[in-house]
Amino acid sequence: MTKDIIAKLKENELLGRGGAGFPAGLKWEMVKSAKAEKKYIICNCSEGEPEVFKDGFILENYPKDIVNGIKIALETIDNSSAYIYLRKDYFDKFKSKLEELIKGLPITLFKKTGGYLSGEETTIFAAIEGKRQEPRIKPPFPPQKGLFGYPTLINNAETFYHIAKIAKDEYKKTCFYSISGEVENKGVYELPKDWPIEKILKETKNFPKFGPSADEASFFVQAGGGVSGEILLPNELSQPVKWLRAIIVFNREKTDCFALMKKWVNFFLENNCDKCAPCREGVYRIAEILEKNKINKQLLNDIFFVLEETSFCALGRAVVVPFSSLIEKIL
Amino acid sequence: MKKIQVIIDSKKIDCLEGQTILKVAWKNKIKIPALCYHSDLKIKANCRMCLVEIKGKKGLYTSCSTRVEPDMEVTTESAKINRARKINLELIFAQHCEECDDCIWDFNCQLLKLADKYGVDKARFPNRKKGYPVYQFGPSLIFDSSKCIDCRNCVDVCHQQGVDFLKIKEKGHLFQVVPTKNEKKDCIYCGQCIVHCPVGAFEAVGEFEDVEKPLQDKNKVVVFQFAPAIRTSIGEEFDLPRGSIMTEQLVAGIKKLGVDKVFDTCVGADFTTTEEANEFAEKLEKGTTPCLTSCCPAWVKFVEFNYPEFIPNLATTRSPQVILGGLIKTYWAKKENIDPKKITVVSVMPCVAKKYEIKKEELEINGIKPVDYVLTTRELAYLFKKYKIDLAKISPQKIDDPLGIPSGAGVIYGASGGVMESALRTAYEKMTKTELSNVKFEQVRGAKGIKKAVIDINGKSVKIAVVNGIGNAKKILEELKENPKLYDGVEVMACFGGCIGGGGQPVPADKEIRQKRAEGLYKIDDKKEIRLAHKNPIVKKVYKDFLNSEEIIHSVCHTSYSPKKREVKI
Repeated sequence: MTKDIIAKLKENELLGRGGAGFPAGLKWEMVKSAKAEKKYIICNCSEGEPEVFKDGFILENYPKDIVNGIKIALETIDNSSAYIYLRKDYFDKFKSKLEELIKGLPITLFKKTGGYLSGEETTIFAAIEGKRQEPRIKPPFPPQKGLFGYPTLINNAETFYHIAKIAKDEYKKTCFYSISGEVENKGVYELPKDWPIEKILKETKNFPKFGPSADEASFFVQAGGGVSGEILLPNELSQPVKWLRAIIVFNREKTDCFALMKKWVNFFLENNCDKCAPCREGVYRIAEILEKNKINKQLLNDIFFVLEETSFCALGRAVVVPFSSLIEKIL
Repeated sequence: MKKIQVIIDSKKIDCLEGQTILKVAWKNKIKIPALCYHSDLKIKANCRMCLVEIKGKKGLYTSCSTRVEPDMEVTTESAKINRARKINLELIFAQHCEECDDCIWDFNCQLLKLADKYGVDKARFPNRKKGYPVYQFGPSLIFDSSKCIDCRNCVDVCHQQGVDFLKIKEKGHLFQVVPTKNEKKDCIYCGQCIVHCPVGAFEAVGEFEDVEKPLQDKNKVVVFQFAPAIRTSIGEEFDLPRGSIMTEQLVAGIKKLGVDKVFDTCVGADFTTTEEANEFAEKLEKGTTPCLTSCCPAWVKFVEFNYPEFIPNLATTRSPQVILGGLIKTYWAKKENIDPKKITVVSVMPCVAKKYEIKKEELEINGIKPVDYVLTTRELAYLFKKYKIDLAKISPQKIDDPLGIPSGAGVIYGASGGVMESALRTAYEKMTKTELSNVKFEQVRGAKGIKKAVIDINGKSVKIAVVNGIGNAKKILEELKENPKLYDGVEVMACFGGCIGGGGQPVPADKEIRQKRAEGLYKIDDKKEIRLAHKNPIVKKVYKDFLNSEEIIHSVCHTSYSPKKREVKI
C-alpha cells in the first residue's frame, strides 16, 4: 500500500490544507529523495486564526486518521521520526487520546507556545528548536533543510487525514469548512472542495436571511481565514473558498467596521513576529491610523503596498486582504 | 562554484552560481541600498531595502537573500522598487529618533542619503521610539535604543563574539534590543556593536560631546600618542583611499590642535614586545605555557569574567598605550624636568575598551594614571573637522623625539597576528642568539578567525594560535582546557581583523576595508630598516638609562589581573 502512496497523492492531486496549497505528492517526493542521515515529519495542528477550527474538529472526531496519515509518512520516509505540533488548548484537550494512538510510534507531541505566526512552517522549526519564533529565509526549503537542519515533511492535520483516506482509496475530494459568524448552524462541515460559497452556506442551512427583505446588501462574508480572509459581497459567492476555508457571515447593519478592523489589527499586532520592517512597522501604523476612526486612504495604500510586496513571509503579505477588501467594498 | 552569467540593469555580468544578487551587484559597482546586511554577519533580510525585480518572477525580492541563477535578469531600480524603498524608509525613520549632529555616521549616514534619493517624508509618522531608554556600558559604550531600527546586527555580532550581552526582549506586542540583566554575562567593551549598527544607535562614551575635554587643561603639558591602527584608517574620514598611510599628517593635525608633544604608541608596542617576548621565552623554558597575549583589554576582560582559570596564563606585560603613557610620565617627565602631575596623556585608539583600560587602578605609577584620556579614531577625526583641519591637505610633520620612532614590529600590532609576529621576531633572536634572516611570519597574518602555526625555535617546535573575533577565542580556550599543551602562545584580538577593525574605527568597516587598513601597516613595516622591537634604539636607550631595575620595569611595564564580577549596571 505504502509503496505507491506518492503516486496516489499525485493522482488524486492532493494539495496541502494548511493554506498554501502546495502539491502534497511533490512535497513527499522531495523529502523522500533528499539525502540525509535522518528526516523529520511534522503534523501541523497550530490553527492560529480565530474562526478557523477545522483542525480541532478533525482532532476531535478523526484522530485515528491523522495518526494513520503520519504513520504512512513514517513508513514512506526512511529514518524519520515525527512531531505533532499542537495549539495549546488542542494539546491539553487531545493529549491523552493522541498518546494512546501513537503508542510505540516515533511520534512526539509538541505544545505550541507562540501565536498566529507559529503556523508558518519554518517558524514551527524555530519553536521546536527552542529559538525565537520567526520565519527563516527560504531557500533552503523544508524538504531540503528543515527541523534541526534535516529534511522535513510538514503537512497540516487535515492533509494527513486525507492522506489516510487516499491510502484506503476512500478520498472523496472533500475538505473541511469552518462556518461561523451570524449563522444558525455554526460548525465544521466536510463537503466537496470546489463548492462555491453560496452553495456551502445554503447546503448547511447557513445562508443569511436577515434584513427587512433578502436584500443583496444586507450581509457580507469573510472567506479564507478568520482574520486574513477576504471580504466578499453577496454577488461574489459563486467562487470556492481559498486558503484556510473559513466562512464568516456578517450582518451588515449590525457590524461596526472600525471595531472589526481594530480587532483584526490587534490580532496581527499581537501575533506577528516583528522580524521585518514592513510587517512590524506597517501593522503598528495601521493600528495607529484606525485609532483615529478615520481612513487616510493614501497612507493606508502605501502601507498595504509594502506589506504585500516586501514582507518577509506569507503571513505579512496576508495582512492586507481583509482591510483592503473591507474598505473597498463596505466602507 | 560554477561560473555563470547574469544581467543586472542591462549589464552582462560574470559571477559564481550561488552568490547573492547583492554581492554580485556591489562587486560590479551597482549600488543597492541595504541596512541590515553586513558581510560579517549572517543574512537576515529584515530591513527590506535591498529589493530588486527578477524577470519572469512576480513581485520583489531581497537581493541580500536571493541567489543568482544562470541567465537571471535583475532590475535594481524601477518605479515599483523605488516606491517600496521609500515607504519602508518612512516606516524605519519613524522608529529612529535621529540626532544627526552627534552621530558616528556623520556625513556618511545611509539613512539620510537614501531619504534624499527616494524623496522620503521623514516625519510622515510620529516617531514611536521617543523616550526609549539610553544605556551606558561601563566607561566605554552608550546604546541609545531610541535610534535603534530593530535590524539586530548588534545582537548578532554580540552573539558571534561569544558575549551575548545584547538580546531581544519582547515588550508588549513589539520587541526591544536590550542589554541582558543576566549576572553571568557582561559587556567586554569590544564595540563591535558600534561598527555594525547601520544607524548610529551605539557610540563611545563621550562621543562626540567630550572630545575637547583633553585640550582644556590649560596648565598642563598635553601629550598625544596614537595607536598603530589609526594611521591607516583615519584617511577614510577625509575621503582618502582606504589604507592610506597618514602617520605624519596625523602628527601635523594633532599639533594644529595646540598639542605640545606627539608620540607614537607603536614605540610603546616595542616595549610591550620586548617584555612579552621575555615572558614567552621564560614560560617556554619553564614549560609553563600557554602564554596568552594581553594588549587587548576586551580580551583581558573576557578572560577575567568568563575564564578566570586562565588568568595565570595572561602575559602580565602592559599594553602599548599604558607602557608609553607610563614612560611619558616617568622617563620623559624626568628627562624634561616636568612634574608628571602636570602632564596630560591622551591616547588616540581604534578601540572603546581602551577607555575602560585606563581606569584600572592597578596601572597607576606612584598614584598617577599613565593615560588620562582615550579618544577613538572617529573622535579625533571629529576634532579635526571641527577645527577645519583637513588631513587630506595638511603638510606632513615629523613626530617628536624621543618616543616617536617605532620599529616595524611596533606598527604591525594593529593587525591580527601582529603582536605574535613581533613577539616571535624578538623571542627568536633572544632564544637562539642569532639574527633572524626573514622577519616575516606570514602564517599568522590575514583575516582568518583562527590561524595556527608551528615555529621552530632552537630545535623546539613552538605551537602558535592567533585569534581575531573573540567568539573564536572560546574554541581555543576550550581546547586548552582539555589539553594545556596544545598551544604555547596564543594571541587574541577581540575585534575582527584585530585593532584595524576596532570599535573605535571609522564606519563603515568590513572585511575588505579591514584588509586595506592592514595592508597599509604591513607596507610601513616593509619599508622600515629596523623591524625588531628590541633593536629599536630608543628601546635600548630607555632600558639602559631608566628601565634598569626589576622594580622599575615592574611598575612601568607590568600589571596584574583578577577574576571579575559583572561590572555593567543597568
